[in-house]
Amino acid sequence: MIRDITIGQYYPADSVIHKLDPRVKLVGTMVFLVSLFLFQSFSGYIAATVFLGCVIKLSKVPLKFMLKGLKAVFILLLFSVVFNLFLTDGETLLPIFGKLRITKEGLRLAVFMAIRLVYLIIGTSIMTLTTTPNDLTDGLEKGLRPLKKIRVPVHEIAMMMSIALRFIPILLEETDKIMKAQMARGADFESGNFIQRARNMIPILVPLFISAFRRANDLAMAMEARCYHGGEGRTKMKPLIYKTRDKIAYGTFVIYLLTVIGVNMVSRVL
Amino acid sequence: MSIKIENLNYIYGKGTAYEIKALSDINLTIEDGEFIGLIGHTGSGKSTLIQHLNGLVKADSGAIYVNGENIYQDGYSMKKLRGKVGLVFQYPEHQLFEVDVFSDVCFGPKNQGLSTEEAAKKARLALQSVGLSEKYYKQSPFELSGGQKRRAAIAGVLAMEPDVLILDEPMAGLDPKGRDEILDKIARLHRERHLTIILVSHSMEDVAKYADRLIVMNRGSVQFQGTPREVFSHYKELEKIGLSAPQITYLMHELKKKGFSVDVDAATVSEAKESILKCLRTGKRPEGV
Ligand SMILES: Nc1ncnc2c1ncn2[C@@H]1O[C@H](COP(=O)(O)OP(=O)(O)OP(=O)(O)O)[C@@H](O)[C@H]1O
Ligand SMILES: [Mg+2]
Repeated sequence: MIRDITIGQYYPADSVIHKLDPRVKLVGTMVFLVSLFLFQSFSGYIAATVFLGCVIKLSKVPLKFMLKGLKAVFILLLFSVVFNLFLTDGETLLPIFGKLRITKEGLRLAVFMAIRLVYLIIGTSIMTLTTTPNDLTDGLEKGLRPLKKIRVPVHEIAMMMSIALRFIPILLEETDKIMKAQMARGADFESGNFIQRARNMIPILVPLFISAFRRANDLAMAMEARCYHGGEGRTKMKPLIYKTRDKIAYGTFVIYLLTVIGVNMVSRVL
Repeated sequence: MSIKIENLNYIYGKGTAYEIKALSDINLTIEDGEFIGLIGHTGSGKSTLIQHLNGLVKADSGAIYVNGENIYQDGYSMKKLRGKVGLVFQYPEHQLFEVDVFSDVCFGPKNQGLSTEEAAKKARLALQSVGLSEKYYKQSPFELSGGQKRRAAIAGVLAMEPDVLILDEPMAGLDPKGRDEILDKIARLHRERHLTIILVSHSMEDVAKYADRLIVMNRGSVQFQGTPREVFSHYKELEKIGLSAPQITYLMHELKKKGFSVDVDAATVSEAKESILKCLRTGKRPEGV
């Protein structure tokens, strides 16, 4: 039951996007997100849609999984659309009641905002769906390495992140198990008011914390037993090296960005 | 209490990229008062199957009848069912949470809506039947040894006074003495209180010794069922699905091969002893021995 929650679910498939260097995907996602806020014209959106469509097609991940992430932000999406729709000043398109009206500018903003949000979610979903959490932190570590010069503990941050990510499914599974065990003893997690419900969580939380501490302890011990001593002089089994496809991908990003900026400028001049 | 399972199917992670068919077309009947041994290789679906029996996991298709009533019909109380079918999970000590052992054991009966006194009465009985002495009642469950924790956790389920007790590998991680004690306690509950027992185990010796009937699972379906003797007579097939027969079965087959006329289906050490002694007494020995 609790496993149904998806946090950055990786979808295994054999595609070009999956094989790309995680750094490329991080940069690509960043470029895409920035581009979403660069343009104001309709043609810019067409460029973004084409780009996104191609990436989705290449990734071989069913669209269903991309749209899953949208469920979580549905309320936010609704709010922003409604506010933009009704509360923007401008040329009246459809009067409703008193000051409440739909304006041309409002409609435009609402539609743009909705598209931006949806693309934002889908864009980031593609990254997490096609990259394992470990690859992602590896990419971050290597990508942020220059920051080491100003004494940012890049390796430690990356290690902490990958351990945290590694523990999420384990703790979810553990929660599921403990919940079931307590339900087998007649525990009830659904009924009662807020305070009762909070109290009913104790039989889950206590064993969960204990097991989390036990696991953390075991892991620390296991790392020490294998002589872990931080990032200094540590090498990788599979070091990240850019391949041809990664360079092609970077090229594509540049072309995409130039297209968006170009389209934007042209439409502004017109 | 009898349990009947009809055409049960279950898939983990339905509709995701990680679908796993955990149970396929299970049909089983478990009679009142039976002692069932449930065996199968790792990942064969034993734990999944037993979680269906008290409604913790709902089947994708199929039906389960407990005392003739379909547990999936509208209005069937899962809470009542969980009181009747007690389930002890693998490593049950991981579910302990209260400040002392006694309150932890009271958790189940209290959830059933009993008063503090009644719950305490049942908790005391349960703790006695697992053989945990009174001096531990007020201790924190986390101060007990592994075996004691295990017993406290089993008592926590027993205190709800179920008619069917299901145990998922209750001996895992215990020393030989601890496991024998727990098994003996379970066998006693079966004998004296006529509890229906379903014991999941990886030890062929244990299930051969205690169970009336064995159910063998393989990749989500039931492969064999029958008395230990019947099931272990398929020891060649059992080996193919990652299981084995008790050591003693192999010994008996060896003896037979050497020419002794012993009973090869003997599944426990005492049965084997009888058979060997009988063979020796009758004096029929192979040439040259
Ligand atoms: N919570 C879960 N989510 C997804 N898949 C699961 C889950 N629990 C079990 N499975 C899968 O279902 C199958 C059956 O698992 P199950 O735990 O029932 O096996 P088992 O016979 O109890 O094994 P073991 O002897 O190791 O305890 C396995 O392939 C397992 O990977
Ligand atoms: Mg199991």
